[in-house]
Formats: sequence, C-alpha cells, structure tokens
Amino acid sequence: MTFVNAFWVGGLICAIAQILIDKTKLTPGRILVTFVVAGAVLGGLGVYDKIVDFAGAGATVPIVGFGNVLVKGTIKAVREIGAIGILTGGVEAAAGGISAAVVFGFLMAVIFNPKSK
Amino acid sequence: MKYTKQEYQEYLEKKSPNSSLIKDVLAAFLVGGAICVVGQAIFCIYKNFGGLSDDTAKTAVSITMIFLGAFLTGTDVYGRLAKFGGGGTLVPITGFANAIVSPAMEFKREGYVMGLAAKMFSIAGPVLVYGICASAAIGVIYYICGFFTGGAL
Repeated sequence: MTFVNAFWVGGLICAIAQILIDKTKLTPGRILVTFVVAGAVLGGLGVYDKIVDFAGAGATVPIVGFGNVLVKGTIKAVREIGAIGILTGGVEAAAGGISAAVVFGFLMAVIFNPKSK
Repeated sequence: MKYTKQEYQEYLEKKSPNSSLIKDVLAAFLVGGAICVVGQAIFCIYKNFGGLSDDTAKTAVSITMIFLGAFLTGTDVYGRLAKFGGGGTLVPITGFANAIVSPAMEFKREGYVMGLAAKMFSIAGPVLVYGICASAAIGVIYYICGFFTGGAL
C-alpha cells in the first residue's frame, strides 16, 4: 500500500511543480527554492511528518522532504541543546544528503563530459 | 465542421495550451511518481535486508537517490528523461543532483575551481541558502515560543 501512496503523492507534488512551470514561467531554481521552503514551513507546523507516514518515499524523495528534514533537525536540536541548535540542528540532520550531493556531484562532473547536442 | 484559416488559428490557440498542459502535468505525475516508487523500493531493501532503522534508512535512500541522479546525469540518461518528465524529474532529490552535475560538467572547461566547483551550486546554492535560512528562522520562532510554554511545544 505504501508503494501506491508513494506513487500518487510523489506524482502529485511533481504535478504541482509542472503546473507552476507551465502557468507561471518560474525557473527551475525558483521552483526548487519554493518547494524546499514550503517543506520547512510544513515541517515546522508538524504537518509534513503526517504526509511522510502516509506516503513514505512519496514525501521524502521530493525536495520538499529536504526542507522538512532541515527543520525537524533544527527543532530537535533546539529542544535538546537550546539556542545553538538553531544553527547546528538543520544541517546536522541533512548532512548525509548534502555531503552526498557535493561528493557525488563533484565526482560525476569530473568523470563525465556533457554530450554534444 | 469547416474552419476558415483564421478561425482555425484561433481554435488552435485556445486549445493547444491546455492540452499541452494536461500532457505535461500527466507526464510529470507519472515520472515523479515512478521515481518516488524507486525510492520506496530502495527504502524497503535497506530496512528489511540491511537492518537499518527508519531514520537511517531514509538518509541512506536520499544518498542513494542522489548518487543515481548524479550518475544518470553524467551518462545523459537523466537529461533525456527530463525532456519528457519536466517537473517530475526536477522535484525529486535526483533532480537536485541533476541541477548540481549538469552545470558543473558544462563549466568544467573553465577550470576545476571557478568552473566546475563554483557552478555546482548555481541552483543547489540557492536551495541550500533558503532551506537553511528557513529552518533557522523556524528554529528561532520555536526557541522563543519555548520561553512562553516552558519548553513544551
């Protein structure tokens, strides 16, 4: 069942992005920024975790889930260690993804060349 | 029904933006949904066969998806998928990896420091800036609210 929910919830989030692309002419960068901030806000309100429980990877794989991870890490750290957590918690929670993006991104860009069009 | 040339043009203008919108949105839905199903499958493998906890498995899925997105961008598979999938390839974390690798490859000829490494963040940079600032801002709000509620929220 989680697979079905992952499919349609993940698909729906992407469909919303596609409507924004077609109707508002927002650039891809702006869409990603909007979605990550939306994830942070929904995470802060505690709403996004309910979607994650329901849809699994359908909610964690879209970039919205990245905003949620950042904010959840921040809130957890603030609760445990106080004000310093405002600056340490978010990146700490998202460290795996950020490092993977930097390391794999670098390696692949070094190894491969752009295809001539 | 017969159209004059002009009427037909007007008909096309009225009709085509919508039908292409529906087609685009459907493609984004299918491709985006499929990518999330791949993520879910990887999650199940890590959890059931790798013995990882829920949170660790989620992180491992993100890392794996980022690797796949970066690799498929390097091999030009993701670019071809993106032509069809649009938003369906942009929004998943694989699209984030794609947004890192493709400008980095493109600007490699301008050097490994100010070309490749700097351009890696032309889209990923803003995502990190606004993502981290938003989470810090919410952290501040949460911290201040803690004073009024005695830390319980």
